[in-house]
Amino acid sequence: MTTTSVHRTGRASDGAAGPRPAAPAPERRARKRAPGSASTWTAIGFAAPLLAYLAVFYAYPLWRNIELSLHDYTVRSFVLGDPAFVGFEKYAEVFTANAFPTALVNTALFTLVSIAFQYAIGLGLARFFHANFRLSAVLRALFLVPWLLPLIVSSSTWAWMLNSDHGIVNSVVQAFGGEQINWLTSPDTALTAVIIANIWLGIPFNLVILHAGLQQIPGEVYEAAALDGASPRQQFWRITFPLLRPVSAITLLLGFIYTLKVVDVIWIMTTGGPGNASLTLAVWSYREAFGTGQPDFSPAAAIGNLLIVIALVFGFIHVRMQRSWEKS
Amino acid sequence: MTDRPWWKTALGVVFTAVMLFPVYWMVNVSLTDASDLRRSSPSWFPADPTFEGYTAAFSQQLPSLGTSLGIGLGCVALTVAIAAPAAYALAILNLKGGRSLNFLLLVAQMIPAVVMAMGFYAIYVRLGLLNSVWGLIVADSTVAVPFAVLLYSTFMAGIPRELVHAARMDGASAWGTFTKVVLPLCRNSTLTVALFAFLWAWSDFIFASTLSRSGEYIPITLGIYQYIGNNTTQWNAIMATAVIASLPAAILLVVAQRYVAAGVTAGAVKD
Repeated sequence: MTTTSVHRTGRASDGAAGPRPAAPAPERRARKRAPGSASTWTAIGFAAPLLAYLAVFYAYPLWRNIELSLHDYTVRSFVLGDPAFVGFEKYAEVFTANAFPTALVNTALFTLVSIAFQYAIGLGLARFFHANFRLSAVLRALFLVPWLLPLIVSSSTWAWMLNSDHGIVNSVVQAFGGEQINWLTSPDTALTAVIIANIWLGIPFNLVILHAGLQQIPGEVYEAAALDGASPRQQFWRITFPLLRPVSAITLLLGFIYTLKVVDVIWIMTTGGPGNASLTLAVWSYREAFGTGQPDFSPAAAIGNLLIVIALVFGFIHVRMQRSWEKS
Repeated sequence: MTDRPWWKTALGVVFTAVMLFPVYWMVNVSLTDASDLRRSSPSWFPADPTFEGYTAAFSQQLPSLGTSLGIGLGCVALTVAIAAPAAYALAILNLKGGRSLNFLLLVAQMIPAVVMAMGFYAIYVRLGLLNSVWGLIVADSTVAVPFAVLLYSTFMAGIPRELVHAARMDGASAWGTFTKVVLPLCRNSTLTVALFAFLWAWSDFIFASTLSRSGEYIPITLGIYQYIGNNTTQWNAIMATAVIASLPAAILLVVAQRYVAAGVTAGAVKD
């Protein structure tokens, strides 16, 4: 349902709603002419650059990454190319490291709290902007700004706003009689600070998708409900929310997969610190490989592969859900 | 929905103002004198605006802006060149195994950038491609290519078959049909793809900070990052650079808002 709205906004010339890219094949197969080997080769020819690209720039880096995690790479062996094979030793090191439980809990908190707030605020705003009022389209477009800014820009702005001594946030807190909060430098608040910034970053995405979802609920449903005397509150919980469920599920899943791999925001604001206070799995991996003067690629690759596994599990759920909705 | 109450507009303005406050703050700080930034209660308005931050930013960051522009455009070209023909094969030429390829592209979008960065680093070390603009263009394009193929093929699947068949009947080759019939129809998709490929490459931090750390040509994101590391006293210059780095996004939002919205909703099949 979300991709059909692409056609609407993208003004497809024929206005037809195309199938979702996840599974456009069955429809085409049905229409197919007699199979000719010439056209098969033509198709392969057109796809060849992509296939080569995926092999060289996706499969090979991923393969290198697995290889990194199964060997004991040091800076020396990295250049010389003669690391010792250690099997799953690096994975064992990662799982037993002191940082592991912290990073795992932080990752869970960072992703779940972020997407919960992003979704709730995004849905509230989508409902608000659903009614057509003056300037609604302009204001909704302005909401996209945070999403389009380079992450380094928004993260460093947040870092300066949350600065202990000169930040505007503390200035407001103190104006209301609060005490100075060391947002980014205290282990108690560092994770909260990066979550706040990340929620802000994710609101536009949630707003736009959920708004597109709301547009697809036919107005007659609400008119009928209003005639039956349903209050706005009942309309929301009995109609909007259930009908929006497929869109919501996709938004939340994509939000999860996307938030899982966030490095920039946390790294720029706190570098995962102080200590490990705001360390997530992705940031940990980045820190091991590139964040210190001593690159340690093997454990970093092991953490990275663990992240891929988590993302894939949820990715499969995503694909499954899309398939089942297409059937229904 | 029939009446258009003003209070809703007012409330909407308030929401937008709250949401955009950090953006306002960035502009405010960029115009504030460095010594005023050290006060414990920052000033809410640039009462006495100074452009020293912008002077410093332009004198130091101009080369990085050029580098980022080049990388962004290179990434657009590479992405379109690979994605459009592939989508044509998938959506119109009925590529065998297309379903699996689509699936692979969905999976590809789930791979964390940090993992890709490590893989690329390990490869680039051997090939001597670290700190090279070309290396960064290729790495940045990995974010955009799967998205672009899926976006293109969704659109192309909706092109009426009769158009394609008519072109073939008239004796056009597969390549001719692609360049003369299909691609012109895909103009809007191309704009959306180009817009996002450019913005993602322009905004990239992870690949820049891993593959181009000590290069002669560093992109603007890394310029800002090194700025933060080097002189923490000159926040007006940092924020001025940030404002300049945000300009492409702002310009594109104004002139191409429709394509931005199209891309975000396609984001539901992206990451």
